[in-house]
Amino acid sequence: MNFQYLLQLGDNALILSQRLGEWCGHGPVLEQDIAMTNIALDLLGQARMLLTYAGELEGQGKSEDDLAYFRDAHQFHSALLVEQPNTDWAFTIVRQFFFDVFNFYNYSALLQSRDERLAAIAEKSLKEVTYHLRYSSEWVVRLGDGTETSHQKMQTALDELWMFTGELTTPSEVDRLMAEAGIAPDLLKIKPLWDAKVSAVLEEATLKKPENDWMQSGGKTGRHTEHLGYILAEMQHLQRTYPGNEW
Amino acid sequence: MKDWPLWEVFIRSKQGLSHKHVGSLHAADAQMAIENARDVYTRRNEGVSIWVVASAHIHASTEDTEAFFDPANDKVYRHPTFYDLPDAVKHM
Repeated sequence: MNFQYLLQLGDNALILSQRLGEWCGHGPVLEQDIAMTNIALDLLGQARMLLTYAGELEGQGKSEDDLAYFRDAHQFHSALLVEQPNTDWAFTIVRQFFFDVFNFYNYSALLQSRDERLAAIAEKSLKEVTYHLRYSSEWVVRLGDGTETSHQKMQTALDELWMFTGELTTPSEVDRLMAEAGIAPDLLKIKPLWDAKVSAVLEEATLKKPENDWMQSGGKTGRHTEHLGYILAEMQHLQRTYPGNEW
Repeated sequence: MKDWPLWEVFIRSKQGLSHKHVGSLHAADAQMAIENARDVYTRRNEGVSIWVVASAHIHASTEDTEAFFDPANDKVYRHPTFYDLPDAVKHM
């Protein structure tokens, strides 16, 4: 098992959870406010399991909280997609959908991981992620195949977030190592599954898949967009100001 | 969202025998209503089965309650209370 690999998974969940938490109290309708924050909580739970494991593996006595609150942006290994701003409901749903498709297939494959603890985390998480995928897919269809306004907003979100999707299924050096060790799936095998599911849903949503396939990358190795700094400032400043502070 | 119909939500708990009314919500269609009900009304493991019914399809008695239900009040012969149960019959 590899420390950075666990951080890749855990940081994805943590940062996306933090982004979704920004919707709390600001959802367009009560039920969707609750749905969004439920998803945020599910992801936070996954982050906790993964970061706890990472802390133990690192062997420097760090807890999940130490890893969440005291690392700097360049030490986070989350994909660039999850730090993109909420912007509006369309962006939030599209970002969620792209991530959920990956998360679903990735966790499904991790059920077979040689690392038993990771397989157990995957089994528990998959139940939640199956629902996330259902939720975001249906919203993509409702909004894509909705009114002219919703369709336009969805297409804009889709066009702008597309370049962050490639990184999800592009193996980093660590992904390759883990795949060879039988701990993680070969991301190149996940990619066609991701493509097929995304194509199917976009078609049903009458949305056009962007043709430009140049992809951004860097998140997995700690090179982030300007957004992560602000997210961490908000998330970490309390613990950094009063270290060890508890409710 | 102004056009979204109102739905009444009924949940049956794991140990329960019948669905109980727990509240209502707005949703665009039945599928969304069920998911919203799952998100809003089963956060604390309240149930294993959800029914959603468009509020427009629920018809309730509105007439003067007294007169509508009164005739049943003085027909004691409708109640099963005039015979002795043998001891061997434990649950009735």
